[in-house]
Amino acid sequence: MIINHPLLGPRDSAEFTYMGDARLIDRPDAGSDTAAQDFYDYGYLRDNPAGWHEELWFHEAGDRSWLVVTRNTLTHEISDVKLARDVARSRGRKL
Amino acid sequence: MRFSGLRVIKEALTGHKGWTPAWREPEPQARYDIIIIGGGGHGLATAYYLAKEFKQKRIAVLEKGWIGGGNVGRNTTIIRSNYLLDGNEPFYEMSLKLWEGLEQDFNFNAMVSQRGILNLIHSDAQRDAFIRRGNAMILNGADAEMLTTAQIKARYPFLNTDDARFPIKGGLAQHRGGTVRHDAVAWGYARGADSLGVDIIQNCEVTGFKIENGKALGVDTTRGFIGAAKIGCAVAGSSSRLMAHANMRLPIESHVLQAFVSEGLKPVLPGVVTFGAGHFYVSQSDKGGLVFGGDIDGYNSYAQRGNLPVVEDVCEGGMAIFPAFGRARLLRMWGGIMDMSMDGSPIIDKTHIDGLYFNGGWCYGGFKATPASGMCFAHLLARDAPHPNATAYRFDRFERGLLIDEKGMGNQPNLH
Amino acid sequence: MTQKNRLAGGQINRAKTHKFMFDGKHYTGHAGDTLASALLANGVRLMGRSFKYHRPRGPLTAGSEEPNALVELRGGARQEPNTRATTAELYDGLLARSQNRIGSLRFDLLAVNDRLSNFLTAGFYYKTFMWPAAFWEKVYEPIIRHAAGLGSLSLKDDPDTYDKGFLHCDLLIIGAGPAGLAAALTAGRAGLDVILADEDFRMGGRLNSETHSLGDQSGADWAAATVEELASLPNVRLMARTTIIGAFDHGIYGAVERVSDHMHTPDAGKPRQILWRIYTKRTILAAGAIERPVAFENNDRPGIMLGSALRTYANRYGVAVDRRVAIFTNNDDGHRTAADLVAKGVKIAAVVDVREDAPRSLDYEVLHGEIKDTKGRLGLTFAEVRLADGTMRTLECGALGLSGGWNPNVHLTCHQRGRPTWNETLAAFVPGGMLPAGMTVAGAANGDMSTAAALRGGAKAAQNAMDLKGKLPSLPQAEDAPVNLKPFWYVEGCNRAWLDQQNDVTVKDVKLSHQEGYRSVEHLKRYTTLGMATDQGKTSNMGGLAIMAELAGKAIPEVGTTIFRPPYTPTAIGVFGGRHRGKDFHPTRLTPSHTWAEEQGAVFVEVGNWLRAQWFPRTGETTWRESVDREVLATRTSVGVCDVTTLGKIDVQGTDAAAFLNKVYCNGFAKLPVGRVRYGLMLREDGIVMDDGTAARLAEDHFVVTTTTANALPVYRHMEFVRQCLFPDMDVQLISTTEAWAQYAVAGPNSRKVLEQIVDRDISNDAFPFMACANVTVCGGLRARLFRISFSGELAFEIAVPMAYGDALIRRIVEAGAAFDITPYGTEALGVMRMEKGHAAGNELNGTTTAANLGMGRMVSTAKDSIGAILSRREGLNRADDLRQVGIKPVNPRDPVPAGAHLMNESGVIDAAHDQGYVTSACYSPNLGHAIALGFLKDGANRMGERMRLVSPLTGVNVDVEITSPHFIDPDGERLRA
Repeated sequence: MIINHPLLGPRDSAEFTYMGDARLIDRPDAGSDTAAQDFYDYGYLRDNPAGWHEELWFHEAGDRSWLVVTRNTLTHEISDVKLARDVARSRGRKL
Repeated sequence: MRFSGLRVIKEALTGHKGWTPAWREPEPQARYDIIIIGGGGHGLATAYYLAKEFKQKRIAVLEKGWIGGGNVGRNTTIIRSNYLLDGNEPFYEMSLKLWEGLEQDFNFNAMVSQRGILNLIHSDAQRDAFIRRGNAMILNGADAEMLTTAQIKARYPFLNTDDARFPIKGGLAQHRGGTVRHDAVAWGYARGADSLGVDIIQNCEVTGFKIENGKALGVDTTRGFIGAAKIGCAVAGSSSRLMAHANMRLPIESHVLQAFVSEGLKPVLPGVVTFGAGHFYVSQSDKGGLVFGGDIDGYNSYAQRGNLPVVEDVCEGGMAIFPAFGRARLLRMWGGIMDMSMDGSPIIDKTHIDGLYFNGGWCYGGFKATPASGMCFAHLLARDAPHPNATAYRFDRFERGLLIDEKGMGNQPNLH
Repeated sequence: MTQKNRLAGGQINRAKTHKFMFDGKHYTGHAGDTLASALLANGVRLMGRSFKYHRPRGPLTAGSEEPNALVELRGGARQEPNTRATTAELYDGLLARSQNRIGSLRFDLLAVNDRLSNFLTAGFYYKTFMWPAAFWEKVYEPIIRHAAGLGSLSLKDDPDTYDKGFLHCDLLIIGAGPAGLAAALTAGRAGLDVILADEDFRMGGRLNSETHSLGDQSGADWAAATVEELASLPNVRLMARTTIIGAFDHGIYGAVERVSDHMHTPDAGKPRQILWRIYTKRTILAAGAIERPVAFENNDRPGIMLGSALRTYANRYGVAVDRRVAIFTNNDDGHRTAADLVAKGVKIAAVVDVREDAPRSLDYEVLHGEIKDTKGRLGLTFAEVRLADGTMRTLECGALGLSGGWNPNVHLTCHQRGRPTWNETLAAFVPGGMLPAGMTVAGAANGDMSTAAALRGGAKAAQNAMDLKGKLPSLPQAEDAPVNLKPFWYVEGCNRAWLDQQNDVTVKDVKLSHQEGYRSVEHLKRYTTLGMATDQGKTSNMGGLAIMAELAGKAIPEVGTTIFRPPYTPTAIGVFGGRHRGKDFHPTRLTPSHTWAEEQGAVFVEVGNWLRAQWFPRTGETTWRESVDREVLATRTSVGVCDVTTLGKIDVQGTDAAAFLNKVYCNGFAKLPVGRVRYGLMLREDGIVMDDGTAARLAEDHFVVTTTTANALPVYRHMEFVRQCLFPDMDVQLISTTEAWAQYAVAGPNSRKVLEQIVDRDISNDAFPFMACANVTVCGGLRARLFRISFSGELAFEIAVPMAYGDALIRRIVEAGAAFDITPYGTEALGVMRMEKGHAAGNELNGTTTAANLGMGRMVSTAKDSIGAILSRREGLNRADDLRQVGIKPVNPRDPVPAGAHLMNESGVIDAAHDQGYVTSACYSPNLGHAIALGFLKDGANRMGERMRLVSPLTGVNVDVEITSPHFIDPDGERLRA
């Protein structure tokens, strides 16, 4: 597969390490009353769609960016690649 | 029809006119006592044991395509019970014992071949871990033997011990492990179940569940609604897709695992060998093909095919220990969809929906588990209580922290 | 022996004669021959035996789809089993043997299977061999295994090398027949970067096998001229002998170039083959079509082959398979074969055509009917014809050409789950939807069967693929005959009519499969093994599908096809491995003291990809334990030095560095003063220990984190995840500096005295106490980092200098330590000392360990949020009888306490249900004079002093042990604070 890195252009997927669903960005609030349930949900349950999937890839043999790749799990087609940091910020993650 | 040597001779002499279909092609009935979704190894085994061991009636297996078309028909055929953890080892040892009597039980030669499996050891830390594992196997009633490099070399003289990057420092052998003709497992269970009255319905895809007041009442299928008192799901690879119809999210990701076979060769490999410093395992089929595999590709996929980097990685592992294989040719590569669970171990449990039961999350170890999975799932369906050897395979173990993590990789499925 | 069947003409080089040997007999052929064409020229039709019945077989084809003529090529370690004689290029000195036989090829003892064929039908083995149960492995399976298989491996290490490479292009064209060449001309002249690949050693495809003219040239001459023009274009890369094996995601194609297979041995420094990964924007598949045979009784004898193969042998290689040839056809192609052979002076016994309206000819007899049966034990002698009126005719012939129509070569179009669609005119599958992205199909592969259509299709495909404007290039006039075919798959009433010649699957087997309920196309394949041979059904699948469709009362497309899988043709495993074998399997990482350690005679051990000194034997030491004991004692009594560069090092900088570490470590770091080091425990989000190490605060906004050797990469990846994905606005930067700093542990009561000679500052206990750290200089100005940390439990320092100075520093340390008899120690002594001290390491941090298991439960701060804190509180990880790390020592000091052994209560049952724990790490402690171990024990913290049994049934150990504190030495830590 080829991942079109937002900073570096098309790179072979073999340069990357895969982690999983990009919802892993949405780490729950540890201070919440429902933290135990929230962290279980966050840590263990997955939509695992057959189709479009936003997922995290790490450019391990490259610039060490974490990327959010939108990829179809049925066809492997990739429609979008973003820096995970930008995605995290856009989802309101801060410090 | 029972198979026997005599029967084969009689049919050979009379033009094979007497053979009958291995299973019927029934139309689905309006309602069953128990529906098993998924005509793979686990689903068919479940139906077989439900009928045979638990004397259940009115059972149907619903298969969206052709039976045996999932992972039971696309794996590397290895059976073994060399597990470490308490939650796993008794289950897999039970499975191995079931394999040992399977062919006589269902009257079909699945070529269960206990040719032995050998895990190579390449470091002291690995040896420590394998000794712990071997001891756990023996303490659970399984067999295990620690072999020296010389003993291994005697059986596999062409193993690379001369210029290996990671020297071989012995191996953990399980002599009762081996291989089974994978398709025949599906067919044998299907034929056995059919003969006990189970309806095996192919080309019947489940498209939804009918659930009212927290109780499952039946399934919508491409061949219409079918009612059932109990519904067992055994569709590994597609578990998340199926259970989404019941609004369930699972602790599972679907990943592709590739497997490979070489052209036919005269016998070279007596048993199953796994490389301990790379991702490679291999055996030789009775037809002569080297059947081998390695790690999953590592990304979520439902595509039943992988990519070149893993092909290369696997073959590199093969060449590292068996440099004589360089001149054998890879004939065919294919992929299967694995239910990769969050701790690398399966789930056989009720769901929160009354009458809906789940079996899945087998990662890439489901084939060897087929008989025990069928037996334990049948037990759960028939008695509404887990089989004693499958009590650990619960849904709530993730929430409660009762993990069964053989590899110690945590909640990242592609690392298991 | 003379080449008695050699004809005039062809594209072989008659000036160059090659000698070769097959089954011990000498023959000659010419450059440009294949092994099959040369053997046929010499009158040899018998080349192999089939898989199951060991039927005598000759080539069915003249290409890579060959199921029968498989040989063991070459000898010694280069022996290649299952090599297709039809593609093996002849070279001088070629050596080949027939395979899958006992005895000679002519008298194969296993041919008895053919007599037993009534018992060995499809799936017979599923019904028998079950009694008695133990006989499978002992009796039946060994017999089956030895009868099965095809060729043999030498079992010697493959002596050749294989390379891997990467290529990029605008357009990849697969197949250099008329369509591929026209496409390449169009795109090449337009200046695009083109790769044209063909599996054959001679480009041109069917143009080399046919007699059609293109314009005023022969097809072969046009192909040669076109290839010459393409070769002159700098933007076109011609890759003959290159098979595109698979279409992978995103326009990546696997290709194998056979660099040296046409030679006796590879030239010096050259690989045997190269695996190319081709990255292309667009692809034109112009892989042509494969002719299919017809099934009838005994249709597998040597001499019976595809009509197209007869033409190839005659026209391209100048070979008559026999001087008297019959043809069996259902379409005009059979007549083309007859005409070509007549022109070559070959006698046509008759053309048997199943069509009533078959064309007539003045040159040969045309019979309306079917071939009923054949004769000839080791080669065809007669064919029996049943004429349409029911009368029988016997034709004397040594070769029989079969023309059942052509199957477009859709293989690569299906590698990404594309399914072909049915074409009624051709009675064949053509490319359907869901092609790999960027692929178009042209020529016969697309169902365009005439030469003119192929040329047009190729040129158009190139234009469309690349959005080229303008007119098509001028293409030569070529034949444009329509396909005129009557679908015909097998002759009625036959008993043993072969579909899959290699796997011996007959029409009868397909019928039996249907009778027994194996009706899905996949069940058919798996039950009968149809299409599972080395040719993957290229010539057999269609016949099987057609019969299954007939039996099921369905149309062929309703039955469907099995899935085409890579590789397109079988591919050497060696080429996928490339250079990654032997010592080069993985890269080897060396520490900066490696050369110095070699000089000291160190024994090295693989630690991940690193090589580390395991111990340093000295003269007179006969066992490794002697060396390790000495290193441990010397370190504990005076001073030792160890290279610890392999530990992961991560620089953490920024105003939020402390806040960041507070998130990734479960214990607190916010208040760590500058100049101090703290032990840190890092959890995964699931609450299990990920790694441990130290973090040293060199400045308010600068920490240096260490990780274990094994986890250097995963920890760094994890920290970047936390930084980029979870706390994107923190002002913190990370960089792995593992390879930037050489680091040594200097340990022992005299360590300070050694380092005082090297470090340019006061390192007295007051000025530089336990857990101090600082940026320092050494040797009068070299920048360095100094940490007062101890893994051994002694007064100890770790000192780091830029990597380039690593070698110099170790030499300087040893020099400075000479007065104290400084002792280099390796990983074994390191391990012994950490066990004596009770420090956890890799064996303890096995991915299932909690902080509580390690006795560090209270380190998980509840005052802050950190990764893993919440999930570490789950009930299952906090049970009263959870495992706790303990020390273990033998009751009898001479007993071992081996790692991997399990702990049992002193009395009671020994089984899994009564398992109490296990030993993680063990060693002999030279300080205590007996073995010691670390392990995990249920409720271990409350069982100090308890006597237990330690068992390892695997290795035959059963000893009494006592549970102790894991801190065997200096439990109060006085030494390291000295």
